[in-house]
Order: sequence, then structure tokens, then C-alpha cells
Amino acid sequence: MSAGTVPVAGGGLKQAVTDGWLIAWRHLKRVSRIPELAIMMIIQSIMFVLLFAFVFGGAIPLPGGGSYREFLLPGIYAQTIVFASSITAVGMVDDVSKGLLDRFRSLPMARSAVLSGRAIFDLIYQFGILIVLMASGYAVGWAWHDGFGNLLAGIGLLLLFVFAMSWVGIWIGLSMRTVESAQQVGFTVIFPLTFISNAFVPLASLPSWLRPFAEWNPVSTLTSSIRELWGNPNPYATENFPSEHPVVMTLIWIGIMIAIFAPLGVRKYRNLSR
Amino acid sequence: MQTETLAPPERSVSTGGKPVIVAEGLVKIYRGRKTEVRALDGLDLTVNEGSVLGLLGPNGAGKTTAVRILTTLLQADAGHATVFGLDVVKDAQRLRSLIGVSGQYAAVDEHLTGRENLILFGRLYQLTKHDAAIRAVELLEQFELTEAADRPAKTYSGGMRRRLDLASALTGRPRLLVLDEPTTGLDPRSRIGMWEAIRERVRAGATLLLTTQYLEEADELADSIAVVDHGRIIARGTADQLKSQIGGERIEVIVHRRSDLDRTRALLGGEEVSVHDHLRRITIPASGGAQRLVEVVRVLGDEGIEIDDIGLRRPTLDDVFLKLTGRATENNDESGDDAGEGKQP
Repeated sequence: MSAGTVPVAGGGLKQAVTDGWLIAWRHLKRVSRIPELAIMMIIQSIMFVLLFAFVFGGAIPLPGGGSYREFLLPGIYAQTIVFASSITAVGMVDDVSKGLLDRFRSLPMARSAVLSGRAIFDLIYQFGILIVLMASGYAVGWAWHDGFGNLLAGIGLLLLFVFAMSWVGIWIGLSMRTVESAQQVGFTVIFPLTFISNAFVPLASLPSWLRPFAEWNPVSTLTSSIRELWGNPNPYATENFPSEHPVVMTLIWIGIMIAIFAPLGVRKYRNLSR
Repeated sequence: MQTETLAPPERSVSTGGKPVIVAEGLVKIYRGRKTEVRALDGLDLTVNEGSVLGLLGPNGAGKTTAVRILTTLLQADAGHATVFGLDVVKDAQRLRSLIGVSGQYAAVDEHLTGRENLILFGRLYQLTKHDAAIRAVELLEQFELTEAADRPAKTYSGGMRRRLDLASALTGRPRLLVLDEPTTGLDPRSRIGMWEAIRERVRAGATLLLTTQYLEEADELADSIAVVDHGRIIARGTADQLKSQIGGERIEVIVHRRSDLDRTRALLGGEEVSVHDHLRRITIPASGGAQRLVEVVRVLGDEGIEIDDIGLRRPTLDDVFLKLTGRATENNDESGDDAGEGKQP
């Protein structure tokens, strides 16, 4: 191979896919080198299951009855996915601060690959986490009841949400200068989003002024969608659009999030050269 | 050296000795909320094929900014630059396949092994899977990383990481290698190892642009040196040319007793005597070289002035910098003192 064979990389879909996959491969390799990160993430979710199932669960009656654990687990799946965006953010900041992003930007690779590779990785990684969590959920009494097709539809919806959250994380990561601040932003945004929702408690228990926010909250609509698709208890609070059409509403949210955060993230990435 | 062939100059844009880098009037301003820093203020630069240019300057002089613009990582606010005849903004993507960049940090993925890093970067240089794997083996061999090849990079020493970083920059067999402070933060032994690795690239015919704040390093590696200060090139030449700008050799005397300083200065006379009070050191120009040194020793001996040390000293690039900018580099405390005190008019 002579140096004259160094191709001039102009882009093209094939290169974008190959390079995106290489970046995703890099992140996947890292998971196998630092398995404790994935393990901690799973343990954290399991802690939430235990905490709510055994500590708070007894004090949370479900309107219309049903098993609290069956109600809880879809909330846990949604919560885990939303929390994951802060891992994405931290990873991006880390790559910037260690100079790795500069290295990538100096290479004749597809310009989209750094970001798309990260998003592809997030999808694969969260899918893996989800499978482990669903198995754990099954062990503590959660199950799905409405057929295999709906099971897959639920997983598909969760993964679409992962993809959207990944762009949120990428944008946060490229906007922050330190790992600590990225973590902080993650938590100040993600915590209220997750807890002012129906993930852990039925919406009827919330004060009326807080309820509209909780009802339209994408975390709630995602959780309701999963419950509905999988036949888990999903008590209505109010008769309105997000309660009646959670899947549609969630798809709309996913569309909105991608439409906002993907361009923002790409712009941040481009602005690294300013 | 095995197959380390740096690309033969096969394109019309750069035949032997022609300029590889041409930068004209580069300006870069970093705007904060209230502050405005002119990192580059009309920087001009040319680097010829097969040569090694050292960009030398203290922290904040604009070296890194210049390098980032030339390697397509950053866009200038004004001015214009081409590398291999390719515009660094418009033809950035084509240019990237011709250059190798190694920055101030060891920008490798510390959780991947050395081999995995090299294969990843090789693939992103658009080498095939097969070629990237072969190239990784070659580079690991050349940089003495073969034994550590399959260990995660985070287990490497600082010197090994830098070597891996340099190797990463070479995966695509770049025709221009750009190194931004390649040895900053390394211990002396690792630094010498890096120098050897860099020299080898140069012997293989690479064109090299190197920034450094170590004067010694520029002296060791570069054919010619451009001194950068406040975002401009303030001097350019070979190390010898720059040194001759500030005159020839000097004689340095360190007297035993500080009280002898004034008398010694009077004895040695001349205009350009500089005295360093704290170090009990007197420096005078030595136009006559060794002959003058003998005279000085005799005069001081006759007068009974005890001396701790005396010697002929060749001017260093520190002296050059001091002369050019009126201040010392931040890296040299000793000459920093010199700038402030004891200078004769």
C-alpha cells in the first residue's frame, strides 16, 4: 500500500455508515473495558425497583387496583432511559476535554460519524440494559400481557426515546466544559422530569396545579404508552390527549426532541471550529 | 526503518522544496463576555517541503491557535492559509487525508489498547481493515510499543502514551506532520525518546511543523525557527542565525563574594556588562573568544578576586527571545530575573 492510495474522503452515505459504526464500535469496546459502569447503571435501576416496590410501594394505592410492581416497572424502564442521557453528556465532555474530539476532527472521516456513532452506541447499549432490567423485572413480578407484537412495539418505542435522549445528551455534553457541570445539568433537568411524572406514582395523587405538567411530561407519556402496550395497570388521571393517546403523544415528543436537539448538537459540534 | 515511506511528492501542488504551508495574515480573536484576546494578529508563515519548522514562543503566544487553523480544527477570523495548495477551510476534508496531527494531550482512547487505537484511527483515515491492522503492527514496532500493544492505553506511562499519540498521527502516512508541544509535561528521559522518534520521521522525509515552548527542543529538532509573540512571527531563521543576531559568545563569571561584584564590573569595563546580583554573576561579551577568557582570568587573578566559576557561554535561544521581546520566556526563571535587574544601559 503506497501513500498515494490515501483516498480523498468526500463523504457519501457508505463512508458515513462505516465511520459511524467505527465510533460506535469504539464505545462498545469501552463498555467491555469498564463493565462496572454498565453494572452500576443496572444496580441503580434495581435499587429504584426495590426502593419503590418495598419502601414507598405500600403507601401508594393504585386507583382502580392492580399490582404496584406491574405499574412500577414500566416507570423504571423509562427512568433508566432518561437518566442515560447524562451518561451521554459526560462521555461527550470527556472526549472534548481529552482532545479525542480534536483528533477525530483532524481525520478524513465522515463529519457526522462522531455524533451518529455515539447515538448508535446509545441505542445498542440501552437495549442491552433494558433486556437485563426486563429480566429482573420479570423476577420481581412484572410481566407483559398483550402479546409478542405489543412487547416489541413497547421496546421499539423505548429505543426511539433512547435515540432522542441521546441527542439531548450530546447537546448538553458539547455545551458544558467539565464533566462535573454536565453531570449537574443532567440531574437538575432529569430529576424533576422523572419524578414529576407517573413513573412512580399515579397522577391522581399529585396536587392539581402540578398535574398538567406531569400529564404532558414526555416521561409520563412514555410510561403510559408502555403500560398500555403491555397491559400493565395505567390509571387515568384526566381525560385529555396525552392520557388517551399516550403512544401518539410520545411519538410527537420524540419527533420534537430530535427536531430540536439534533440540529443544536450538530451546530455545537460545528462551532468547535470557531 | 522498514516500510516507513512518507508519501512521495506526486502532486503538482508540492514538488521538492516548494512551500507546503502558506499562511498569510492570519487573525484569530477569542471573544469572551467582556474580554477580547487577539490570539493571532496577522501571522504569516511558510514551510517548505521536507523541512522542519519550529514555532517557538511562550504560553499564550498563539502557537496552538496557528496550528489549529492550519490543521482545519479552527477557522481564522481573517487571513488565508493553504496547505499543499489546499485551502484549509474550503478543502478541509481533502486536506485532512494528507496531514497528521498530534496535540498537547495524548489524544488516544485510554480504555482501548494501543493496537485498537491505531486500528481505529487507521480505519478513520479510510484505510481498509486489512491495511489498518498491518499499519498498526508497523507503528507499534517502530514506537517500541509491541509488548504493550494489547494493554489498555491507560496502563501506559506518559512517554508511551505520547508515542502512541504520535503513532496515531502517522497511521494515514501523512505528508505533513504537525506536532503541538509534543513533549510538554514529559520527564527528560521520555522527552529524549520522543525527540528520537520525531527525528526518525524527519529522516524519512516528513515535512514537520512543530510548536514548542522549549528553546532547547526547537534547537534540537528544527531546521529553522519562527519566534512567535503576541500572535505574530517576530523573527525567523536558523538557530544559528537567530543566535548571531544577539552577538557572539559571552563570558560568564561567578564571583565568590558578592562584595566583589562592583569591583569586577569596573575591571572588566565595557558597555554590555550585565550583572546578576543574586547569583553573583557577571556576563560580558567575548568578541575575542577564548583569548579574552584567558585575559579575564589573569586580570581577576592579579586583583585577587576569588571566582567560583568562569566560562565561555554560547548564546541560547533564551537570549534570543529576551533580545527580541525585551522579556524572558516564562519557562526560564533565571533569565526572567535577568530581564528585571542588573542590566547596564
